[in-house]
Amino acid sequence: MLIYEHSRPGRMARAQYVAAQGISSELADDLGAHLRSSALGLPEVSELEVVRHYTNLSSKNFAIDKQFYPLGSCTMKYNPRGAHAAASIPGFLKRHPLAPAANSQGYLACAYELQNYLKDVTGMQAVSLTPMAGAQGEFAGVAMIRAYHQKRGDHDRVEILVPEAAHGTNPATAVMCGFVVREIPVTKEGDVDLDALKAVVGPRTAGLMMTNPSTCGVFERQIQEIAETVHEAGGLLYYDGANLNAILGKVRPGDMGFDVLHMNLHKTFATPHGGGGPGSGPVGVGARLAPFLPTPTVGMAEDGTYRWLDHKDIPDTIGRLSTFMGNAGILLRAYAYARLLGAEGMNRVGEYATLNANYLAKSLEQAGYTLAYPARRATHEFIVTLASEAKHQHVTAMDFAKRLLDYGYHAPTTYFPLLVPECLLIEPTETESKAEIDGFVAAMTQIRQEAMTEPALVTTAPHSLPVKRLDDVKAARDLDLAYKVTA
Amino acid sequence: MPFIPHTASDEQEMLGAIGVPNIDALFDEIPKNLRAATLSEVPAGISEMALQRLMNQRARLDEVALSFLGAGAYEHHIPAAVWDLVGRGEFMTAYTPYQAEASQGTLQLIYEFQTMMTRLTAMDVANASVYDGATALAEAMLMAVRANKSNKSNRVVVAGNLNPNYHAVCHTIVKNQGLILDVLAHDPATGCLPGAVEAALEGAAALVISYPNFFGGLDDVDYLTDSAASAGALVIGVVNPTALALIKPPGEWGTRGADIAVGEGQPLGIPLASGGPYLGFMCCRQQFVRQMPGRIIGRTVDQTGKPGYTLTLQAREQHIRRGKATSNICTNQGLLVTAATIYMSLLGNEGLRQVALTAHSGTNALTNLACQIDGVTARFSGPVFHERVLSLPVDASLVVEKMAAHGVLPGLALGDWVTGMDDCLLVNVTETKTAADIACFARLLAEVIEEVKATC
Repeated sequence: MLIYEHSRPGRMARAQYVAAQGISSELADDLGAHLRSSALGLPEVSELEVVRHYTNLSSKNFAIDKQFYPLGSCTMKYNPRGAHAAASIPGFLKRHPLAPAANSQGYLACAYELQNYLKDVTGMQAVSLTPMAGAQGEFAGVAMIRAYHQKRGDHDRVEILVPEAAHGTNPATAVMCGFVVREIPVTKEGDVDLDALKAVVGPRTAGLMMTNPSTCGVFERQIQEIAETVHEAGGLLYYDGANLNAILGKVRPGDMGFDVLHMNLHKTFATPHGGGGPGSGPVGVGARLAPFLPTPTVGMAEDGTYRWLDHKDIPDTIGRLSTFMGNAGILLRAYAYARLLGAEGMNRVGEYATLNANYLAKSLEQAGYTLAYPARRATHEFIVTLASEAKHQHVTAMDFAKRLLDYGYHAPTTYFPLLVPECLLIEPTETESKAEIDGFVAAMTQIRQEAMTEPALVTTAPHSLPVKRLDDVKAARDLDLAYKVTA
Repeated sequence: MPFIPHTASDEQEMLGAIGVPNIDALFDEIPKNLRAATLSEVPAGISEMALQRLMNQRARLDEVALSFLGAGAYEHHIPAAVWDLVGRGEFMTAYTPYQAEASQGTLQLIYEFQTMMTRLTAMDVANASVYDGATALAEAMLMAVRANKSNKSNRVVVAGNLNPNYHAVCHTIVKNQGLILDVLAHDPATGCLPGAVEAALEGAAALVISYPNFFGGLDDVDYLTDSAASAGALVIGVVNPTALALIKPPGEWGTRGADIAVGEGQPLGIPLASGGPYLGFMCCRQQFVRQMPGRIIGRTVDQTGKPGYTLTLQAREQHIRRGKATSNICTNQGLLVTAATIYMSLLGNEGLRQVALTAHSGTNALTNLACQIDGVTARFSGPVFHERVLSLPVDASLVVEKMAAHGVLPGLALGDWVTGMDDCLLVNVTETKTAADIACFARLLAEVIEEVKATC
C-alpha cells in the first residue's frame, strides 16, 4: 500500500504545523501573479500513519544490519554506530556550509586531518574531499588529467585506456570528460594484456584507468610495468579506489605508480550505503596533478587555524564540483572511523578482508563450485562461475542469487565483470565472522544440491520475499513512474 | 581489532583451511617492493568514548546562537520522526536496490518520492535524485542539449541571477563536453532578468531560470518560458521545493510549462550539516524521460500479478551502457530521499504551505524592521521568497564578521559573490525564526553598523 492510499482529505500531522510565532500571518498578497493556484498533491496522513508506513516499508529491505551481504566490489562492511553518532552531534548537523571559518574550526579540523590520513593511506601528495561519490571522484580525476595535458599544450592526447573488466563508470566518466575510450583486453589469468596495452599506448594516450586489485578479484601483478609503459608514452595513471579495502594498510596506490585516484569512503571507510547513496569519493593526486585539485580544500594558516582554499589559492583548479563542499556528513563519519581504527586497525582491514575472501573461496571450491581464477590468490573478493551449472542444469547465476535471498543472504554481485560467463562476484569483508561465512557456504552447498535435484525450486526463486520475480519488461514498456493521484 | 570478529582460533582454522602459514602469505602475489606501507599520519586508534568526547568538543566550536544564512541551504524544523525512521538500519545500511525482491522498502519509497516530486513541481516524471542541486542543474544542461531536437546547439543561456556556485559547478562539469554557457545578465536595478530576452535566446538549446533567484527575487517565469518556447529553446527551472508550496510550479510556467525542473532537496527534512549530503532532484516532461540521467523506479507486477517496484530504463545507465550512458552517475542520494519523502508525508499540503507562508511573512517582517535602521534599504524592491538583499551603509563582510563574533550569522556578504555588491547582505528567514529572533537581528545589526562606522 502506498502512503497516498492512506491519505484522506483533511487528515493531518498537526504537530508539524508551524504557527507563525508573533508574526502577523498576513496572506502572501504581495506575491500576486506568482502565487500557486494548483494543489500540492502531497499525501494527507497522520503522524502515526507515517511512522507505521515507513517502519513497515523498511522491514521489506535486506540490510547489513540484518544479514550477510557479500556483494562483490561494493564492500558491504559493518557501519559503526559510533561514527554515525559522532557525525550527528547538533553542532555539526546545524553548521551552515557558508558559516565563516571563525565559526567552523571544529568541522575544518576534522576535514583537514582526514585529508592527511587519506594522503597517508594512498601514498599521494594532496587530497580534495569534495567529490560526492566514486563516480564524481573519477570525474574529478580524469578532468585533472585533461587539465594537465592542456596546460602543457599537449592537445593530441584524446584517448583514455580502460581494461575491459573495468567498472562501467570508468568509460562513462572518460566520455563525460570529453575523451575517447579504448578498451584493453584481459588475459585468462585476469591480468591486463600487456602486449595489447603496448600496442595501443602512444602520443594519443591521455591516461589509463585501472582498479587494483582488479574487478576479477586478483592483484594486477605487472602494475609496475604497466605504470612504466603508460608514463613512458606520456600518459597518466588513474586508480579507481573501488577495491582499496583489499590493500588498505598493506600497499599504497602511490607506490604502485598511480598519479591520481579516488576513494569510496562508503566502502573502505565504512560509511553507510543508505539504500543507494550518499557516497563520498575524495580524490588524491601526486605532485604533477596537485595544481588542478577541485575546490574547496582545507588548509592551515600560520596561526594554526584552518581555512578553506579556493580558486585564489589553487588557480589552475578544475573547479567546483558541488554547491558547497561535498558530502561533509559522510566525511565526518569516515574521519570518526579512521580515529576508531587508528593506524593499526587500518592495517588489519586489508588483512582480514583478504583472509575472509580466501577462506570463502576455498570453502566454495570444496563445495563443488568453480572459481574463475583457481590458480590465483583471491584478494578481498573472488569470482565463481556457474557456466557449467547453467549449461547442464539450466540454472543460471541469477537463479542462484535469487535462491540465496530465500536463505536470508543478500546475493553476490551477478554478471559482473562481463568477461566471466554466469559469474558471481563475492566479497565477504573483514567484519564478518567465520561462523557467518560457514553459514553462507552451507546455504550455497544446499542450493547447489537443489539445482541438481529440484532445479525448478531454484529457477523460480525467491519464494519467501515480499514479492516474487518482477516483470522488468513490463516495467520498461508500460512506464509507471509516479502514482496517479486522484484529486 | 575494531569491528573484526576473528578469534585467534578462528584465524588459525581459516589459515589451515586455505593452506597458508599466516595472513601475510595471502599477499604473496604482490611484488615485495610494494608491500611497504607504513602509516605515519594516522594516529593510534581511540575508543568510542574518547571519540565522542573529541567530536563533542569540536562540534561545540561550530555552534552559533542564531543564523540567517541561506544562499542555497536553509535551516528548517525537521520533525523528530524523520531521522528516527531514516536512522533505521534497514534504510541506512541497505545497498542500491539491484535485487528488487530484497529491496521493496527502498524501491517503493523512491516511487513515492518520485510521485511527490512530480506533484510538487507539476511535472510528468522524476528520477530518484542526484548528488545536489548544482549537479542536478549540470545534468539537466547536458540532458537538454541531448533532448532538444529542434536545433543542434550546444549553447545554454543561464540566468545571471542564478546562485554563482551553481554556475561554477555547471561550468566544471559540462565544459569538457563542449557546452557553451552564456550568461543572461540580470537588471542591476531589479535583480531580475531583463524584459526582452528574444535576441539572447536565438538558437540556444536551453534557458536556465532560477525561481526564486539567488537574491530571493521572483522573475517573470511566464514570459521567460514563452520566449524560450518561441525561440526553440528548452526551459530548465531551478526551484526551491519549499517555495513551490506558495509560488507557481515549473510545470505551470507560461503556456506550456518548463521542460526540466531541478533543485536542491535539502529544505525537505535534511540538516544543514556543512553542505551535505543533500539531494538534487530532477523532473521532466514524459517525452524526455529516456534522456534523464540517474536511477528511476517503476511500478510493475511479479510472477503472480502482485504489484512491485523495480529499477527501470536501466539502458540509460553506466553499468549497462558504459561509455554511451546518459551520465557516469552510479549512486543516488538514497538516504536523503528517504528523509525528504518522510518529511513531505508528515507535513502534507497544509503543513508545507504553512512553512512557506511563515518564512515569507518572517522575511517581510525582517525587511521592514531592518529598513528602519539608518542607511539600510532593500536592494531590490520586488516580491521575494524567504530571502532578501539588504543594502548596508558599510561593508557587509565587516558586519558579518562582527555579528558572528556575537554568535549571530546575519546572512551572506555578497561582495565576494557578485561584483559591485560589497555593501549587500543576503538574509534568509525560515519558519524557525520568531519575532524575537528577528528583533534581535535588527538590534544587533544597528549596533554593529554603528561600530563599523566608528572604526572606519
